[in-house]
Amino acid sequence: MGWNKKVLRVNLTAGTCTPEPLNMEWANDYLGSRGLASKYLVSEIDPKVDPLAPENKMIMSTGPLTGTMASTGGRYTVVTKGALTNAIACSNSGGFFGAELKYAGWDMIIFEGKSPKPVYLALENDKAELRDAAHLWGKSCWETEETIKRLHQDPLTRVCSIGGAGENGVLYAGIINDLHRAAGRSGVGTVMGSKNLKAVAIRGTKGVSGIRDFPAFLAATTAAKKVLADNAVTGQGLPTYGTQVLMNVINEMGALPTRNHRDVQFEDAGKISAEAMHEKRPTDGKAHLVTNAACFGCTIACGRISKMDETHFSVKNSPKYWGASGGLEYEAAWALGAANGVGDLEALQYVNMLCNEHGMDPISFGTTVGAAMELFELGILSKEQIGLEAPFGSAEALCKLAEMTAAGEGFGKDLALGSARMCAKYGRPDLSMSVKSQEFPAYDGRSIQGIGLGYATSNRGACHLRGYTVASEVLGIPVKTDPLATEGKPELLKAFQDATGVFDSAGICVFTSFAWTLADVQPQIQAACEGDWSMEKLNLVGERIWNMERQFNLAAGLTGKDDDLPPRLKTEPCKTGPGKGVVSGVEQMMPIYYQVRGWTPEGVPETATLERLGL
Amino acid sequence: MRVTVKLYATLSDYLPAGSKNNRVEIDVAENAAVDAVLAPFLLPAKLTHLVLINGVFVPSDERVTTVLRDGDVLAVWPPIAGG
Repeated sequence: MGWNKKVLRVNLTAGTCTPEPLNMEWANDYLGSRGLASKYLVSEIDPKVDPLAPENKMIMSTGPLTGTMASTGGRYTVVTKGALTNAIACSNSGGFFGAELKYAGWDMIIFEGKSPKPVYLALENDKAELRDAAHLWGKSCWETEETIKRLHQDPLTRVCSIGGAGENGVLYAGIINDLHRAAGRSGVGTVMGSKNLKAVAIRGTKGVSGIRDFPAFLAATTAAKKVLADNAVTGQGLPTYGTQVLMNVINEMGALPTRNHRDVQFEDAGKISAEAMHEKRPTDGKAHLVTNAACFGCTIACGRISKMDETHFSVKNSPKYWGASGGLEYEAAWALGAANGVGDLEALQYVNMLCNEHGMDPISFGTTVGAAMELFELGILSKEQIGLEAPFGSAEALCKLAEMTAAGEGFGKDLALGSARMCAKYGRPDLSMSVKSQEFPAYDGRSIQGIGLGYATSNRGACHLRGYTVASEVLGIPVKTDPLATEGKPELLKAFQDATGVFDSAGICVFTSFAWTLADVQPQIQAACEGDWSMEKLNLVGERIWNMERQFNLAAGLTGKDDDLPPRLKTEPCKTGPGKGVVSGVEQMMPIYYQVRGWTPEGVPETATLERLGL
Repeated sequence: MRVTVKLYATLSDYLPAGSKNNRVEIDVAENAAVDAVLAPFLLPAKLTHLVLINGVFVPSDERVTTVLRDGDVLAVWPPIAGG
């Protein structure tokens, strides 16, 4: 069994920590992590609950492969009803926190209620207690982690926490673990802050026991690691250049959303790319990139560790930002850079560090700044309202606005709303580049049609990681498809979405899917877990998870009308690149997608579909 | 005719010394095909993975027959991915 079969239920209102057995019937149907935690959530809360009310719950969950020797088996997932989206939120993170939770002997932690005062959960193997966090409230994620480790006199304690963003109600606040890994999207940190829960600190020394068939597991994980090592993408491309290598690819394809999606190519893309991170700076002769880094058990090591130019205007008087730190990854570099027309690599790294330090999703923050810059350029927002000049391309404005948002000051309070609420407040909701109030990631839904459909249908709001059709449409994994074509994309997207549900629920990183198919994952799950975990069953599990999430969202009040893209993507064609003249075909693809899913024309799962999936 | 060749990631090592911004402009024969244009750069075949002409993907089995036009931009990457 890959599970510890043990759940910790933390009632923050009552201040109690209670162990209970894992529901193994549900584990058999939903595997773990994303799927299993979502099953618990939808079974325990009213879908219409206010995400920031005590009645909402937040679950941190591992998968059966978390903490094992399976490559990338360090993931944990935070599931709740999202503050940004009012939909089911599911945000997973790497680093070392997830494995530590498993090592302490637990599969998941369910947080319910709201503490009357700031607290943090201290978990050391079986011993769990809520401790006063008054001295931590107001501290950044970095300070919180350091303080707790010092307090516990144990540098091996693993910590996840919220920073000022989560405390101040920034609607896209994330949860940061291991300094710069994040459960970043959908406002899971906002929910954590609403519960007065500052941090979770874990020390686990039990290891993982009870693997069902250890010799088979050793063979399966060894074989799967060889697949990753032998694959040119996971064995060489990602470790060397990280995700940032996509900056020039996507720009060349005319799919790099620029200046709030006004353009699809950024003239300064090269300056903020992976290649630029390798170049030596004229100021100090050093490259931005220091090294790559791996999360727990990962044999890919795509992470970036960089060091800023100490003379850059943003940090020249702030030595605490001069050390090596996480970033830049592609999504953050895009959202903070191209989305705002900012081509200053050092400024992007500074703001990315602020996002890690204070617990903000850089995708939603950066894209919201892009919308604010457009409002400024249109004269809808003035210098006086924002507190500074904020034209597209201003690195100074980007840095200042990040500081204001993290601190909850001035116009930062408007940026904290996210682009959908901010643009609505100023009378231009059409300028929010979002779906279900969550901002787009780094691919244009006009020039890459499948990912546009993916944004529209993602259960957690616009997201590339629910169904990364870019793998096929751009990179040719597993087969190359035409990014501008709409034909076949609903079917392609469904396959990606369902398979991703399994990867996420196993406790492994979705980046393995650049080399692995489900056929590589299946033997690892089968060897680790009791029961039948055939390919057929895993495919069903993935589809079941997707439909369960959908059912929750419908019950929460969302409808098929929320599966839509902003008018800009449907009416303003790409100005340049291969997609010049093209708009999103989302309205043509959606009916086919619903049909492929076994849903009604209104986007509601048919009874036969639900019965087939056991829902 | 004159075309622009862009070599990214590890392939930038194969650009002529002094090249900037991962690109070089070169003169090639009229109707030169992708493979012919890339031949002087001596790129390892297994690293010549993602090939775009003006941003449009060229399948590996069509690089011998797909010809460039004056002013085209040919961009090449080794196997890479992101997220």
